[in-house]
Amino acid sequence: MSRRIRLLNADSMLPWLLPVVLVLSWQAAAQLGWLSTRILPAPLEVLKVGGQLAASGELYHHFLASFKRAVTGLLIGGSIGFLLGFITGMSRLAQNLFDSSIQMVRNVPLLALIPLVILWFGIGEEGKLFLVALAVFFPIYLNTFHGLRSVDKDLIEMGRTYGLSRIGLFREVILPGALPSIMVGLRMSLGYMWLFLVVAETISANEGIGYMTMNAREFLQTDVMVLGIAIYALLGKSSDVLAGLLERRWLRWHKGYRT
Amino acid sequence: MDARVAGLEIASSTGITINTTQLVKRYGEREVLHGLNLAIEPGEFVAVVGRSGCGKSTFLRLLAGLEPPTAGAIGLDGKPSKDIHPDVRIMFQDARLLPWRTVIQNVALGLPGDSHAAALGALREVGLVDRADEWPANLSGGQRQRVALARALVHQPRLLLLDEPLGALDALTRIEMQCLIERLWQRHNFTVLLVTHDVAEAVTLGDRVILIEQGSITLDLEIDLPRRRSRGTAEFAALEGQVLAKVLDGQMCPN
Repeated sequence: MSRRIRLLNADSMLPWLLPVVLVLSWQAAAQLGWLSTRILPAPLEVLKVGGQLAASGELYHHFLASFKRAVTGLLIGGSIGFLLGFITGMSRLAQNLFDSSIQMVRNVPLLALIPLVILWFGIGEEGKLFLVALAVFFPIYLNTFHGLRSVDKDLIEMGRTYGLSRIGLFREVILPGALPSIMVGLRMSLGYMWLFLVVAETISANEGIGYMTMNAREFLQTDVMVLGIAIYALLGKSSDVLAGLLERRWLRWHKGYRT
Repeated sequence: MDARVAGLEIASSTGITINTTQLVKRYGEREVLHGLNLAIEPGEFVAVVGRSGCGKSTFLRLLAGLEPPTAGAIGLDGKPSKDIHPDVRIMFQDARLLPWRTVIQNVALGLPGDSHAAALGALREVGLVDRADEWPANLSGGQRQRVALARALVHQPRLLLLDEPLGALDALTRIEMQCLIERLWQRHNFTVLLVTHDVAEAVTLGDRVILIEQGSITLDLEIDLPRRRSRGTAEFAALEGQVLAKVLDGQMCPN
């Protein structure tokens, strides 16, 4: 019994082993003077500056600005992607009309658009939202379209013979059938969301985690820079965890998502 | 239970009459059914056999309204039927349960209003009431088909179309399912059209066995054996042999 509990603990602790060892040896290397603080400050220094910035409210201010941008961009790009994916997924006509154009735009490296985006929107908030929204649009569009198209035709036929209306068919059969694919799209776009947020905030901003990091570079505050990077990592990880929770809740019926 | 339920049972106690006249189905150049004429009495259990690709499943899909005939007409209760008929329910070879709905939600699919009690009742009839809240993925193949049967029954169909629903089951489960279908048919009195490639199954269940060969009916045999038929009897074997001989054209093993 106690042996089993110990094994269970070991299992759940194992993913933490590598990060902890890395941070500890990093701290040790910094304290022993092997690492110059101008290249990489010690983890404790980063924590300390994090504490200071948090206490002054500055960290919260920047965090909130970044978070708002990310969520707004996701909502705009995600809902447009879902809507267009829905239309092209449900209608052949719409597919013929839109899909090949969307695929063409998708193949443009989005980062190549940055000069144009700056020209169009200036360096204000709109350009950043545009970049994030555009980045999250494609994975959600593609996976919604693909998910709707790959719903089992036999189940749709069954639904029709059992008297489901068009709305009933969508709610009971088509949407749940497409949901695993849509969730994959959401997960991918969460990754792109942070990536493009970093890029957008690095170009120019006057608030946000990216601004904080770039600003710190001007003053060679490596501890603040590392703090900014660590916060991005935490944000990315937590949105992934959130998407995982949604998947486990909405895809309970799916063998691949059962715990 | 109450008057409403009793009323529903009386309403469901009359099967549909089927009349097809000169029913033709063509896919491009290929004609699958060449003018089928068939009359089925209300409450009759008709088994349709034939080799694979003979058109028997197409015939069933036309009756279900899943596909329109190329020519000819289908009459249900004397009225021409063009679309999916609300009194007709179909069971497919695979159970086609929605994996994202629980067993009871699957049974209640398409029922209006509060359907929980009706769905539970149908599950009780197929003996799966204790699995009501599970996911279909946790059931065996035979149990899934029983859920599909409950889902068809809960609509109080007057015509039940069975498209080789037992084809993928093991031999013992098949026999259990055959008994279950026979018992439910006797209780509810709907008309049944069973498509199967298993001649013994057709003789076990059918009031009539109809053989379709290359898109035409080539045999229409009344099975006048008392019910709960057992396969061991000489009469059963004779009837089964008669159908098999026609299907195989005298050649048991072509060499």
